[in-house]
Amino acid sequence: MSPAQLIVASLALPVAGAVGIALCGRWPNLRESVTLATAVALFACVLGLLPGVLEGSVPQLFVLEMLPGIALGFRVEPLGMLFALVASGLWIVNSIYSIGYMRANDEPHQTRFYVCFALALAATMGIAFASNLLTMFLFYEALTLVTYPLVTHHGDAEARAGGRTYLGYLLGTSIGLLLPAIIATWAIAGTLEFTRGGILGGAASNAALGALLALYMFGIGKAALMPVHRWLPAAMVAPTPVSALLHAVAVVKAGVFAVVKVIVYVFGVGALAQVRAADWLPAVAGFTIIAASIVALYSDNLKRRLAYSTVSQLSYVVLAAALLTPLTVVGAVIHLAAHAVSKITLFFAAGAIYTASGKTEVSQLDGIGRRMPWTMLAFTVGALSLIGIPPAAGFVSKWFIFTGAAAAGKYVALTVLAVSTLLNAAYFLPIVYAAFFRPPPDGEAAHGEAPWPMIAAMMATSVLVLGFAAYAGVPLALARALAGG
Amino acid sequence: MPLIAAPLTVLIRRSAPAWAVAAAACTFSFVAAVLLAAEVAAHGPISYHIGSWAPPWGIEYRVDALSAFVLVLVSGMATVVVPYAWRSVAAELPRDQVYLFYTMFCLCLSGLLGMTITGDAFNLFVFMEIGSLSSYVLIALGRDRRAQYASYQYLVLGTIGATFYVIGIGILYLATGTLNIADLAQRLQHVENLRPVLAGLAFITVGVSLKLALFPLHLWLPNAYTYAPSAVTAFLAATATKVSVYVLLRFYFTVFGLHLVAERLPMKEILLVLSIVAIVSASLVALYQSDLKRLFAYSSVAQIGYITLGTSLASRDGLIAAVVHLFNHGITKGALFLLLGGVALRAGRAGLDRVRGLGRAMPLTSLGIVIAGLSLIGVPGTAGFVSKWYLVLAAIEAGSWWLAAFVVATSLIAVAYVWRFVEAAYLCEPDAGTPEPGEAPLVMLLPAWLLVAACVYFGFDTSYTVEGARRAALLLLGASQ
Repeated sequence: MSPAQLIVASLALPVAGAVGIALCGRWPNLRESVTLATAVALFACVLGLLPGVLEGSVPQLFVLEMLPGIALGFRVEPLGMLFALVASGLWIVNSIYSIGYMRANDEPHQTRFYVCFALALAATMGIAFASNLLTMFLFYEALTLVTYPLVTHHGDAEARAGGRTYLGYLLGTSIGLLLPAIIATWAIAGTLEFTRGGILGGAASNAALGALLALYMFGIGKAALMPVHRWLPAAMVAPTPVSALLHAVAVVKAGVFAVVKVIVYVFGVGALAQVRAADWLPAVAGFTIIAASIVALYSDNLKRRLAYSTVSQLSYVVLAAALLTPLTVVGAVIHLAAHAVSKITLFFAAGAIYTASGKTEVSQLDGIGRRMPWTMLAFTVGALSLIGIPPAAGFVSKWFIFTGAAAAGKYVALTVLAVSTLLNAAYFLPIVYAAFFRPPPDGEAAHGEAPWPMIAAMMATSVLVLGFAAYAGVPLALARALAGG
Repeated sequence: MPLIAAPLTVLIRRSAPAWAVAAAACTFSFVAAVLLAAEVAAHGPISYHIGSWAPPWGIEYRVDALSAFVLVLVSGMATVVVPYAWRSVAAELPRDQVYLFYTMFCLCLSGLLGMTITGDAFNLFVFMEIGSLSSYVLIALGRDRRAQYASYQYLVLGTIGATFYVIGIGILYLATGTLNIADLAQRLQHVENLRPVLAGLAFITVGVSLKLALFPLHLWLPNAYTYAPSAVTAFLAATATKVSVYVLLRFYFTVFGLHLVAERLPMKEILLVLSIVAIVSASLVALYQSDLKRLFAYSSVAQIGYITLGTSLASRDGLIAAVVHLFNHGITKGALFLLLGGVALRAGRAGLDRVRGLGRAMPLTSLGIVIAGLSLIGVPGTAGFVSKWYLVLAAIEAGSWWLAAFVVATSLIAVAYVWRFVEAAYLCEPDAGTPEPGEAPLVMLLPAWLLVAACVYFGFDTSYTVEGARRAALLLLGASQ
């Protein structure tokens, strides 16, 4: 297939899959086969685009003109390529995990769940491949709306409240801040196409650029920069596979992806560094990293702790991009992938613990490593990776961010990163210690491991985390192509 | 054509043939409107002289870019509503009144089309009365006894509005000696004594504002929309107020011109303030309604505020926003009220307590309401987004950041009231008030979904709407200079 056809296929496949899932709703086995087949086919399509992009070509697709002068169009550049690869690849693993989780917990509305999941992936592909701000905004909003039924899956009062927070923050920031930012960009620059080097160069005063940047950074609520991070813990009312793929990978990564994309392709790294309009951004990101880590430290609910850890880790990407040096931009891009595989492993483990034992709090986990050795092994791998221990994935990205920050002489940022590494260790390692080295409390009902599809999924992502070095060439090449040396 | 059709339906007095005549009339006028629009787009304005009397003396019918755009909307909506009315009216009205419904419907349509097409200010008044009188009857046909009160309320206020309008026209006639709109515009430029002209402007503004339900003259609207038969609500919501907006635009820009409206009187500022108050107050009131028809009626008042807000900016993008929103809001509200009619048919009435668990009982209807609701909010990919885009763009270009912030902030109130439906329909368990599972009849569902599809279609392909609106805006601005 030609690249343009592959783009169409990667957008249309999940939608077609959603229709197929809805039609097969009555036969669960067939329905799950459709999900898996769609996921594999999608990954294959995205993979098919990779060789061309690595060689430096930029496949494009123009669909139609939405508003005069603004197209609905797609263009596959290195960053979008990487994001699409991560999301579609992890969807396969996550689908296997979902099957185990949803059946073991006897969840209701499973057809709706898989349909919305497939649609969410379609929206994610749209964000990844969007060629201009309007197209990206269209799919960004679509992603919020199709994940809403997933967040409120249980339909009870808690889910309703969580859903309100989720929608309130995400729609509030995107309509209230991001949309005016996009329209202002259109009014200033006369174009919305993502262009290397930025489109705002010289067209606006420094103060206006700073204000616009603030509108973008807080308007992209999915990046969970404080104070617009509250939706992420609220979204944890969703079933764990949703938290794993969407609220550790697709949705939040769509946020930081958009942040990096705006900094690189709308403002331009070089242009921003010159006018110093982004000087405040590392401070906000640094504050988010530390503050969220501290909140995570004091959260007893496991998924909540993971959610705040995500808030903190997302700001690593924002911070790295905001330092505006090529090396840190590379680090930001790698961290996008590294955090994805690590955090999905951690969420898989949290879901496995809940499925097998019904436990949700950190303080209940004493001795659980003896009953669920595989699960806790995977958890340990994910935790070590996020702390940044070699050879796990997290080490590679941290290496780039640290060396980039050091080379640029950003010592405050370095301190923030070092403190946060300690905090990461402080909130992850006690869990590992308690699980393996404390005795289980007396009189507890015995339970075994989680169902095999969940174990298999966890093992797969653990291998991805540990073996990151083996395939790190691909994200590295894409990141270098983006940063442009 | 609808005018001829109206007496025909009276003569027939049987429901089925009356429906057929009305449907034929609507379809014919829609086709004619589309052809006219194409002709205007290709060759410029068309003028037709009734009885071959030359314009300043005889009555002139004149179609230009703006009126062609409105004609297509009005006749198109009528064509969609009539098939829907087949089942809806049969269910809501006694058998012997059904033919009367189609008579009044045809009269109302001809009134609205006439208002749009005529080039004569007094003739416009005549059509306004035809449209209004028939809509009073249409509203009074509602099943609920409060419909008659609502109709009476509208009758009193509507008549006051029409009287104000005709007084304004009278003053202009005294000042210029002509009633032809184009001629009026010409002669007004040479009038020495401006005071009576400005009084006429004020009278016309108040009269038309009553008709288009500009805050605080909107009091008739919520009751009228709530208690009228479903098909009537959908039709009036999508067209009647829009045609009044057209009249306002026509008078402000074509007849008086910006130098009178904006410079001699603070009309822009007044309109701006009233629009803002309308949007905020009506959105907040909508938030606390328990009847969905009433909720969306208040939302209409707010949305009309967006249209007049765009008008008050009086720039190219502001007028594009106003005209595009006139169209987009028409199809969005039309879709919503048609779907709510289906809900009312199955559940007795469209209260929030009746739609609990509706997502499962009437999946297609609920989904349609959600999509149209998203268009109301202005989510990208729907028609409403296009309007919001131009409105915010116009505000930014006018340099008023606070206005842009205001527009996006108030769309968040729309999120809140649309989500009251979503939570009730999808996140609440069905209870005694929820209808048994089963969709609305297909003849009602299809027209409604046609409009829902239009909401999405015009969110992606804006070549017709934006291009039409751009031409209309340039025409208005060109005329006012």
